[in-house]
Amino acid sequence: MALDILITGVGGQGILSIATIIGRAAIAGGLHLKQSEVHGMAQRGGAVQSHLRLSETPIWSDLIPRGGAGMILAMEPMEALRYLDWLSPDGWVIANTVAVPNLAAYPPVDDLLAEIRKLRHHVLLDALQAARQSGAPRAVNVAMLGAASPFLGLPVEALEASIREQFARKGQDVADGNLVVFRAARAAALRDTGRA
Amino acid sequence: MKAKLFLADEAIAQGALDAGITGAYAYPGTPSTEILEYIQKAPEAAARSVHREWSSNEKTAMEEALGVAYAGRRSLVCMKHVGLNVAADPFINAAVTGVVGGMVVVVADDPSMHSSQNEQDSRFYAKFAGVPLFEPSNQQEAYTVTRDAFDLSETVGLPVVIRLSTRLAHSRANVVTAAPREPNVMRLPTDNRQFVLLPANARRNYEGLLDKQAVLLGRSEADGRNQLIDGPDNSVGIIACGIAFNYLNEAYGGQPCPHPVLKLVQYPVPEAMIRTLAGRTWTMLLLEEGAPFVEDALRGVLPTGITIKGRRDGTLPRAGELSPESVARAVGRPAPVAHAVPGVVKPRPPVMCPGCPHIDSYLFLKEVMQAHPGGRVFSDIGCYTLGALPPLEAISSCVDMGASITMAKGAADAGVRPAVAVIGDSTFTHSGLTGLLDCVFENAPVTILVLDNGTTGMTGGQSSMGTGRVEAIAAGLGVKPEHIRVIVPLKKNHAENAAVLREEIAYEGVSVIIARRECIQITKKG
Repeated sequence: MALDILITGVGGQGILSIATIIGRAAIAGGLHLKQSEVHGMAQRGGAVQSHLRLSETPIWSDLIPRGGAGMILAMEPMEALRYLDWLSPDGWVIANTVAVPNLAAYPPVDDLLAEIRKLRHHVLLDALQAARQSGAPRAVNVAMLGAASPFLGLPVEALEASIREQFARKGQDVADGNLVVFRAARAAALRDTGRA
Repeated sequence: MKAKLFLADEAIAQGALDAGITGAYAYPGTPSTEILEYIQKAPEAAARSVHREWSSNEKTAMEEALGVAYAGRRSLVCMKHVGLNVAADPFINAAVTGVVGGMVVVVADDPSMHSSQNEQDSRFYAKFAGVPLFEPSNQQEAYTVTRDAFDLSETVGLPVVIRLSTRLAHSRANVVTAAPREPNVMRLPTDNRQFVLLPANARRNYEGLLDKQAVLLGRSEADGRNQLIDGPDNSVGIIACGIAFNYLNEAYGGQPCPHPVLKLVQYPVPEAMIRTLAGRTWTMLLLEEGAPFVEDALRGVLPTGITIKGRRDGTLPRAGELSPESVARAVGRPAPVAHAVPGVVKPRPPVMCPGCPHIDSYLFLKEVMQAHPGGRVFSDIGCYTLGALPPLEAISSCVDMGASITMAKGAADAGVRPAVAVIGDSTFTHSGLTGLLDCVFENAPVTILVLDNGTTGMTGGQSSMGTGRVEAIAAGLGVKPEHIRVIVPLKKNHAENAAVLREEIAYEGVSVIIARRECIQITKKG
């Protein structure tokens, strides 16, 4: 098993905690991992990304080679497309449809979604709505993780255990709420891609 | 020992703790900040009272670390590449004094300038000073070279540099740690002349430093991490420095590189190993993060008969960081790219946070300056540098830490009116105080706006030396009390704040206006 995931979003959207949750589940399964992050100026509302590399064999580069990412997991629709040249030919784009339009020239969201729909393998999710409907409105990034989960090649139990550990110090309620969001978003992605 | 995920920054911090440091010193700067932050959170650092508070700037940090090494104990000092410019004076001279206890200087370079003003390569500094340098290629090496660097520092009696770059500093991987070593007991220098750099002593010490160069070269040649790896295809010989070694192996998809490769981790450049590699080939390819440092050493001016490929001949871009793609292209193995980025995607530069106090400061500053087309606002390094971008476009300079005040003074000397400086509280205490003293000494007509958000915001909210005493510092340096004004940058105070600025601009002398409101990120964190 080897999967290169580019997690993208806007500074402050919690992409590092998603990388941490996936990474913990992968390590529990005995996989090698390298995970590169963006710190510093870009974190102030700029475009940010994390390169997460998982493999059964040792990993060399900290960065995913362009054209090699099996998945782009995007917390924001424009950020789903910014690094599209990183996506492998039949890679998956898992994108939140909720825009963060913190720039004057932000394009119409429908134009962005249309570009994503052109891709053979994609999942679109209104992660804010998914999180709200499941009663944990702050768990937008965990909703996106749920939508991505069927395509990660990691056991769902390992991902759920990792979510539990991530939120353990915030209390059982928070951990449970995040799990509800995760499961709902996962079910939606399975349904949308005809796998349910 | 069990493996654990570490950023390379964290692996260095753990390596230093396990090497028995007595103190760690730093000023925050991307991509080096996480080193001291890790030590600040480490239980073992607290348990044995390792020094771990921030310093005012990189120069004070370097000198404090040298003081620890003077006392025979081990010290770590960390900074970003441009921080070493600030600390260059003690750094270069610490090579002349030498050290008693081990002293390791970690410098995190930022090629491609993700969060910086230039992309200088710190390997030049180590060569300039005449000290050894390690350039780890991965997180595990970051840990082990840190431990070895302390031993080497004590063996050769010199500070040792570890050079990181952004991509390694901020990437995580598993690291296996080893049992910690006991800290040194205090051991003061036996020769009192060692640290007294009077010309007579300095000349003697400098001779000693020159004599050590052969020893350092021998260490580089013997270090097992500087590794000549055989390959059957001698059409090209490759020198891969630091993380370039990873990109090279990535290009071959985990299969061994068919060409002979010299993996370079320890400097000075191991000349004999390079001659061995060169003896096998007529073409050398240099893969280096940053400048063509080894490449230039090989290329020289006179022809050698060997073709040298690297950043000078266009095989790799002259500027910017290496990437898996650029290295793959350099070895003739470009990877196909299937998808193009659609034109609908627009750039998303960083912006000041909603509710940021700097926004309110810039709004009244901009309004007041509109009446003065000949005036200029000189700014500095921090989140507020983003005030250069639309829609604010409120500043005209950002050069180096503290340059706002001194450039404003120079511009005022040249006749610019009004000359306004905008500087954050942490940058003010880093490098603004001496500039302010210059202004006070001549009562220069400059208006200095200190954006006091009570923290070092850009790097994630580290403590700021001036918190609660910016006006006392200004008064202590001689700014007249009636021209030290404290305001609160809030929308509701806009007219009042603009009036204060107009009054101080009208004054032909030094004014310090302190715009004080907590960083919104700190407020949010509670």
